[in-house]
Amino acid sequence: MTSDHMVDAASHPAQPGIAETAEERVSYLRAGHTLGSWLFTSDHKRIAILYFISVTFFFFVGGAAATLMRADLLTPQADLLSDEGYNRAFTLHGVIMVWFFLIPSIPNTFGNFLVPLMIGARDLAFPRLNLLSWYIYMLGGLFTIYVLIAGGVDTGWTFYTPLSSMFANGNVVLAATAVFIVGFSSILTGLNFIVTIHKLRAPGMTWGRLPLFIWSLYATSLILVLATPILSVTLALIAAERLFGIGVFNPSLGGDPLLYQHLFWFYSHPAVYIMVLPALGVVSELVAAAARKPVFGYQFVAGSSIAIAAIGFLVWGHHMFVAGQSAYASAIFSFLSLAVAVPSGIKVYNWTATLYKGQISLDPPFLFAMSFIGLFVVGGLTGVILAMLAVDVHVHDTYFVVAHFHYIMVGGTVSAYFGALHYWWPKIIGRRYSLAWGRLSAALIFLGFNLTFFPQFLLGYLGMPRRYHVYPPEFQVLHVLSTAGASILGVAYLLPFTYLFYSMRYGKPAGANPWEATGLEWSIPSPPPKHNFAERPTVTRAPYDYTIEYEESDD
Amino acid sequence: MHVVRPLIFVWAALMSLLALTIAASFALTGPLSLVTSMGVATVKAVLVYWFFMHLREEGGLIRLAAIAGIAWLMIFFFLALADYATRSSS
Ligand code: HEM
Ligand SMILES: [Cu+2]
Repeated sequence: MTSDHMVDAASHPAQPGIAETAEERVSYLRAGHTLGSWLFTSDHKRIAILYFISVTFFFFVGGAAATLMRADLLTPQADLLSDEGYNRAFTLHGVIMVWFFLIPSIPNTFGNFLVPLMIGARDLAFPRLNLLSWYIYMLGGLFTIYVLIAGGVDTGWTFYTPLSSMFANGNVVLAATAVFIVGFSSILTGLNFIVTIHKLRAPGMTWGRLPLFIWSLYATSLILVLATPILSVTLALIAAERLFGIGVFNPSLGGDPLLYQHLFWFYSHPAVYIMVLPALGVVSELVAAAARKPVFGYQFVAGSSIAIAAIGFLVWGHHMFVAGQSAYASAIFSFLSLAVAVPSGIKVYNWTATLYKGQISLDPPFLFAMSFIGLFVVGGLTGVILAMLAVDVHVHDTYFVVAHFHYIMVGGTVSAYFGALHYWWPKIIGRRYSLAWGRLSAALIFLGFNLTFFPQFLLGYLGMPRRYHVYPPEFQVLHVLSTAGASILGVAYLLPFTYLFYSMRYGKPAGANPWEATGLEWSIPSPPPKHNFAERPTVTRAPYDYTIEYEESDD
Repeated sequence: MHVVRPLIFVWAALMSLLALTIAASFALTGPLSLVTSMGVATVKAVLVYWFFMHLREEGGLIRLAAIAGIAWLMIFFFLALADYATRSSS
């Protein structure tokens, strides 16, 4: 009864707002109105939306924990949280942001939506497996929410032994179980993407014509499939030690505590690339569309994704320089860590070369792409600084490290997430949103981000350790600046949800290709029909074959 | 029958390799014992991959995917050993 009522309201011409368009009536959005038609769908586009709602929810839960921490850090004393409470806040913040937001964020929302559309397929190779991965994700999410309500964990997102083994308090086992479960969702998604990209490309969609977003998701999927099982095994080993007394990490049982760090970072450094590679792919798409030019050095941008995925497996020891690892191993890992910066550098140079002399559009998606490039460069270069053995001794476990990875994961990946949202929203929903508000949020996010995290480089360099909420008074000014920035950032992250939501009803119909971009996804109506393509497309053109309009210039 | 016969041969080979491992564990000690049992285990794994897991009949891509798991395990051992083998004992 309620669902019938909703249908009436939505299609009733006398309602305010812009009436349903002909494209919308036959789109995937209207193919079934019941809750069941969403919860039991196997349509990749609907699963993308399920994921979008759930990861956005967790983004704000993780954000709430960050808000608590930043508020507590306003003064040198502990005023809001107890010591234990603070430990629990940063642990849940990390666990939720890494596994329930960043890792699934771009692949499972925009990747799910776009992989079949970009390669000219009707769906992913295993549509029901795709739905299963969402249910597994939600199961892991429920465990996490339970841990949150039951009082949390205090090990940090890294679950280092012996904090998670001999000296564990809180719900370590439950939290590790949540992460263990959500890992299977990642593996299924990676597998699905790999098979889809190999087997379901439309005629003429050769590897050399694949959109760069697809290349980056392919590289990401390789990491998902090769790295995630290591995390599962590592967490299972903790359980084996705790439950059966098998000595793996505990020295008194004959184990080695550093072995945990080796295993964890053998997964988790590749995992940081799971978080950033899809963002690099989004930015390649946005840069080409912003400059209206073919991407400079397409093969190199595509190949560097694969190179990052491979080399990313060889650098994990840079997290253990001061942990008691041998000096010889540290030297090897330091060298390899410098090597992994090369393919990232290639991407940045090639984007810049693509933009060079282009007719650059300053619409919201492209502003997000530009801020991505700037912030990613700062994050990447400080990574190179951290990989230098002598420097790392000084800044390890300080706010410098915190700033480094937030520049990449928040400044980079979250900006790309919003960039993707602003770029493909008209395709996903079929409506245009207010460009002015979009530009404003892009600018506010950039400003708020830098104000939050730049002071943290200074704090760390001056000696402020991470994971403390009581600190010497001379650090207060920088902490207050950071909290002020975080307040702007928090508001700026909420802003897009207002005007995007508003556009669903009051936005003008987007038309098939509002940005006049190339790519198969723009050749079909917005929102796409249930089965994507009326007939199987055949690809005959190179990717990004924009007709170039150079700006006037002398040379 | 011609499908089953190779499988039985492989099974018999695995069993004799197992016997070899057990014999070696009595006959040899120290590093030599380790090298032998690792070597025998590798041969066993290859037999399982090649016949029981049908890699013999598959194309290059599937073989590559099967090798990747082992290759990644080797990466881990190799670089982790760069630490363990060179750590100072103090
Ligand atoms: C140019 C490539 C990069 C290099 C050379 C690099 C280097 C480093 C180094 C040496 C550390 C350890 C610092 C310490 O604990 O003392 C570190 C920490 C970290 N990096 Fe990077 N990084 C790079 C890229 C990235 C990317 C792309 C991400 C995320 C998407 C990332 C996320 C992290 C995280 C999360 C940590 C801290 C982990 C923790 O202890 O909680 N890094 N990085
Ligand atoms: Cu790392």
